[in-house]
Amino acid sequence: MTAPEPILEVDDLVKHFPVKIGAVIKRTVGHVRAVDGVSFTLNKGETLGIVGESGCGKSTLAQVLMRLEPPTAGSVRFHGEDIFAKRGAALRALRRQVQIVLQDPYTSLNPRMTVADIVGEPFEIHPEVAPKGDRQRKVQELLDVVGLNPDFVNRYPHQFSGGQRQRIGIARALALRPEVIICDEPVSALDVSIQAQVMNLLGELQREFGLSYIFIAHDLSVVRHLSDRVGVMYLGKIVELGTEAEIYTRAAHPYTQALLSAVPVPDPSVREGRSRIRLSGDVPSPVDPPSGCRFRTRCWKATEICSTEEPELRVRPGGHHPSACHHAHEENLLPG
Amino acid sequence: MSTRTTTQTDAGAVTDRGPDGVPLLEVDDLHVEFHTRDGVATVLNGVNYHVGAGETLAVLGESGSGKSVTANTVMGILPVPPARITSGAVRYRGEELLTADDERRRELRGEHIAMIFQDALSALNPVFTVGFQIGEQLRTRRGMSRRDARARAVELLDMVGIPGAKQRVTSFPHEFSGGMRQRAMIAMSLALDPDVLIADEPTTALDVTVQAQIMDLLADIQREREMGMILITHDLGVVAEVADRIAVMYAGRIVEQGDVHQLFAKPCHPYTEALLASIPRLDSKGTQLQAISGLPPTLTRIPPGCPFHPRCPRARDECREIDPPLLALPGGRASACLFAEELAQS
Repeated sequence: MTAPEPILEVDDLVKHFPVKIGAVIKRTVGHVRAVDGVSFTLNKGETLGIVGESGCGKSTLAQVLMRLEPPTAGSVRFHGEDIFAKRGAALRALRRQVQIVLQDPYTSLNPRMTVADIVGEPFEIHPEVAPKGDRQRKVQELLDVVGLNPDFVNRYPHQFSGGQRQRIGIARALALRPEVIICDEPVSALDVSIQAQVMNLLGELQREFGLSYIFIAHDLSVVRHLSDRVGVMYLGKIVELGTEAEIYTRAAHPYTQALLSAVPVPDPSVREGRSRIRLSGDVPSPVDPPSGCRFRTRCWKATEICSTEEPELRVRPGGHHPSACHHAHEENLLPG
Repeated sequence: MSTRTTTQTDAGAVTDRGPDGVPLLEVDDLHVEFHTRDGVATVLNGVNYHVGAGETLAVLGESGSGKSVTANTVMGILPVPPARITSGAVRYRGEELLTADDERRRELRGEHIAMIFQDALSALNPVFTVGFQIGEQLRTRRGMSRRDARARAVELLDMVGIPGAKQRVTSFPHEFSGGMRQRAMIAMSLALDPDVLIADEPTTALDVTVQAQIMDLLADIQREREMGMILITHDLGVVAEVADRIAVMYAGRIVEQGDVHQLFAKPCHPYTEALLASIPRLDSKGTQLQAISGLPPTLTRIPPGCPFHPRCPRARDECREIDPPLLALPGGRASACLFAEELAQS
């Protein structure tokens, strides 16, 4: 294997949203700390999975990486260049390189546009990619690549099923030949039998075009299947980061362990003997996260130090990959 | 209509009937149509299942397979029209429900058969407190005073694990988190002590750690009260964790039924087999997933023969013509595949 070549470097990224009250004169009464100090590197040709429950900040992270939202602090470098410093032509060039596939194929496609318009729209904005006369052919090629009949160009989104719509969304993301695609829950709205089709397609496209993915999802099995490395998020922070095997078979952070043991396994023969960690309560509000370690209010290992000192994400003694826990201890929690 | 067959389940093979041989709840050859602009959609095409006391039957299927329509028919909350029940029966302790009058159905609903829904936020009324909504049935059905109903609501909320139930009883649904709302729904469904609980995707909208809490809660309550539970879901993992028996639905019919262990170990219908092969696994990274090609049929145009044949890797010429009935197999199982016995032996 060649040495990993970093393509996207995220350093201490922070995104806070102000909470405002008042009808005319608005007062800021606090901040939703949606993303609160996230760092990772995405290498060329790899898939970095981001897992976490709703409200942990994974979609906000996607929005900031796409430059749809300005960050509160921190930096993101694409091929070594700060993406937030880019303006004008440089920004347009960046937008070609980083694309997104959204979760809900029912709301992410304009119902009044035909497939040709939807998939071809990126060419309107970036005409240098495809000259005008060539667009129809390009769109048909793209449809073929994602496994749709190229003759469907004049159809509207409502004439397609959920899985087919997600393929249209993927074709749109591929149109400009990006290097990075951010997939924000791309299969969670799909039926089980259709999920596998779309996941296989994403895998094939990655091999064919050498794409790098940031794959955001809440389903741990889906993330494991597609990812090379995985980051686990909780309340705006990455609490554990490692290779797919490290996270799934040697989880060190109590939250990762609880997540893994909560996932129902489709094998009734293991249901009796499985070790279970059951968290109580819900995720605290990101407006007022707990002091110290944010997971301590639901953690069975929490001690004094957890409320006073925030654990940083680093390789712990006796461990092999970074985790943000004072009491990190690697364990295999999978059945069998 | 082609040879849409009546189902021949082997009554002798069924084990979980009540002392008098009558199951707690039974759905028998149910057919439901919806009249739409595109024509008549055959949404249910001969659905059979039954559940006994203390048993969990999981109804597994993808969207549009008819899981929820069956449940709504059982509850008597199917919108008629556009729906039309063309044939079949639903029996509670042997009593026919579809022909019962509205008053009798109302008596049974909640009191004997209760239901919890997927989206608790839209199932709860936003303008009343949670306690008021739980107590409502107690006031109207049991003639309790407001004060008594409130006290009972606190007990119920406490039982489903809502911390500080006494304070939370006056909260509105929007003040609860998703998991707490689902707990409140469960409390409400248990208020009148039903014998059968229908849970329609109770954890689909929830996060995985909260899903685990709710599934544990449902399992505890069911064991304690010896309730029959019909769990409707599309999640094979949830099914494997809690079900005793499974009914797999596809295009408005049951294609396979059987004990959870047998069904996962040796599926006897190609659809079940393909579903099991298509899911990513938590315990290994795996390579390529075995996706099921194509799409489920449009319900206004279900193909002749076996409805799964256009997507079936094992389809043969016969499958295009013969619509296979759900036939009993050894071990109390049933499959609607012409080659079920071959599959069972392979």
